[in-house]
Amino acid sequence: MQNMLTIISNALCRITGRNVGAQTVSEGSRVVVSRSFADFTPQATFDIKKCDVHRLEEGPPVKATLTRDQGLQYYRIMQTVRRMELKADQLYKQKIIRGFCHLYDGQEACAAGIEAAINPSDHLITAYRAHGYTYTRGVAIKEILAELTGRKGGVAKGKGGSMHMYAPHFYGGNGIVGAQVPLGAGIALACQYQGNNQVCVTLYGDGAANQGQLFEAFNMAALWKLPCIFICENNKYGMGTSVERASASTDYYKRGDFIPGLRVDGMDVLCVREATQFAADHCRSGKGPIVMELQTYRYHGHSMSDPGVSYRTREEIQEVRSKSDPISLLKDRMLSNNMAAVEEFKEIDIAIRKEVEEAAQYATSDPEPPLEELCNHIFKNDPPLEVRGTHPWATLKSVS
Amino acid sequence: MGDSSGSVLTAALLCFFAMDEELERDERVFLLGEEVAQYDGAYKVSRGLWKKYGDKRIIDTPITEMGFTGIAVGAAMAGLRPICEFMTFNFSMQAIDQVINSAAKTYYMSAGLQSVPIVFRGPNGASAGVAAQHSQCFAAWYGHCPGLKVVSPWNAEDAKGLLKSAIRDDNPVVFLENELMYGVPFEMSEESQSKDFTIPIGKAKVERQGTHVTMVTHSRYVSHCLDAAAVLAKEGIECEVINLRTIRPLDVDCIETSVMKTNHLVTVEGGWPQFGVGAEICARVMEGPAFNYLDAPATRVTGVDIPMPYAKILEDNSLPQIKDIIFSVKKTLNV
Repeated sequence: MQNMLTIISNALCRITGRNVGAQTVSEGSRVVVSRSFADFTPQATFDIKKCDVHRLEEGPPVKATLTRDQGLQYYRIMQTVRRMELKADQLYKQKIIRGFCHLYDGQEACAAGIEAAINPSDHLITAYRAHGYTYTRGVAIKEILAELTGRKGGVAKGKGGSMHMYAPHFYGGNGIVGAQVPLGAGIALACQYQGNNQVCVTLYGDGAANQGQLFEAFNMAALWKLPCIFICENNKYGMGTSVERASASTDYYKRGDFIPGLRVDGMDVLCVREATQFAADHCRSGKGPIVMELQTYRYHGHSMSDPGVSYRTREEIQEVRSKSDPISLLKDRMLSNNMAAVEEFKEIDIAIRKEVEEAAQYATSDPEPPLEELCNHIFKNDPPLEVRGTHPWATLKSVS
Repeated sequence: MGDSSGSVLTAALLCFFAMDEELERDERVFLLGEEVAQYDGAYKVSRGLWKKYGDKRIIDTPITEMGFTGIAVGAAMAGLRPICEFMTFNFSMQAIDQVINSAAKTYYMSAGLQSVPIVFRGPNGASAGVAAQHSQCFAAWYGHCPGLKVVSPWNAEDAKGLLKSAIRDDNPVVFLENELMYGVPFEMSEESQSKDFTIPIGKAKVERQGTHVTMVTHSRYVSHCLDAAAVLAKEGIECEVINLRTIRPLDVDCIETSVMKTNHLVTVEGGWPQFGVGAEICARVMEGPAFNYLDAPATRVTGVDIPMPYAKILEDNSLPQIKDIIFSVKKTLNV
């Protein structure tokens, strides 16, 4: 219970930029301002790219307002995810992380923008490229990294790994491509059933977009008007297969057919935020589901075992980095509108690096889960159970 | 519609009563599946529930197993207690990823953060004349997987008590009914008529005491074994018949206690022999104290190792008949 409160509290803190309730805020997230506050523009309105719409009279607004606090907050979140993923890359290459590791760097605006537009009491489920969302949904960096390194301090006590991290109102982390989409529709059904005005954000990739079960979920979500925001993170490649080679139609925002859709610039955190706000309003007003396609890009290959250059060019990757990086985009906007100082960003960067480094320290020094844990958590609320070991004389114990 | 206070009732009716009582007891419980609402259930098990509880709690789905099973699992993750009906378990194969990877494994993968209180129920195994694609028994497949409970009721009391336990269980439960048993009438005990009558999952029941041989079976074949036992009794062979009730977790203690008394073991099931329920029982008995009490190797009576044929004579000979059970018992006893 305490742990859950801390997680929710941390998430609230990240989004609002304020201390909420009793929780530990690391030193680094307090920004030391070297110029007087009155020097900066407190708020500015930006033109954002218009969304393509499908079966909608109008789309999200083409202007977005950003306050200085919000800007710094989004920057902090995206930079944290970026540094955390790069740290994971480093740990993987040192063989301290093993198995699957699908990194999110490049796509940060999606996770940050979505979280900025929904409430902590809303729900979110995604596929395996999940570390960013695990963070935005409230799990501490050290618990994410310790889960990747398979230690007992990991969010799933080391039993889940990269693809199976959970938090209140965050349902992972799912390894089977597309399976999370009907799950998300089911979570939305629970929201509707309970009448709590919450929505479920259900994410999938361009690769999963062709899965039959998605269309089954779309059908039922539309029939029953489930408050489900289906979001396709189109990063142009399903593993090594480009969208043109996988999909007869790459208009993923239209693939919901009878479900309205939006195509959104996923590299711009403000676009993502405005579109998600629009989508959430749509769902909450009882109109049923909506599909959003976020056009985004991943810098890393599909996973750590993929260098990511056999099916795309280094030039392409470099071009996205230099012209569309989500963190740079936000920073440049704020700087050119005098909303913050270069030094501030530098200080935030330093603080985040420190935080991530400390988390990595924790993740590499925390012990592995004890063997007594091996068989626990098979069943919930059950009396202890005997579990067969590798041979008949090994009888192990499982507690709930 | 009636209530469960009558004394002779069918298994189908008892599944209905179980669901009705649990729907009434807990608002989070709901039923979804094909034809469960306005059609009154493909086998009429849910007849009357939609009229009583309405669209919100009794939901007709399109014919999209993978989709609606995933939806049911998601709803369970988010705080509801769904009953997901498969028209037959043959169709659950289309959704098996959601049952195993999304439901069964999640509590473990999340180290206890995310539970999935869901029941998957429907008819399992052979019916009559429905041929190969509609006759498979899934007890062994689901029984293989950690994280699932797998229940196989025999009679009306089993159906009611075990289904209520399954619905109240906080874990994913696969509830294997049997179409041929739906219409069979059984006398109900006083106790079983209560709204709080539950049978614990994981405990087998000795349906008939005996001293010469232990017959371990589940579902429809409990009837076959009891009938075989009646015939054998006339020849002085007293069979102990164990109704497993639960496939996973298996009540090995009950089996071992019995085998240590009778010294002989015969398993009976409708499913295929390879890697089946009987195979597991034999392996477990070999690994435990009961092995030293066996006077003969254990025998498995199973369905024939073929896809189910259609013609009646072929179908009849694809499944254990009472004569097969009698023959096997005598061979095991070497009489």
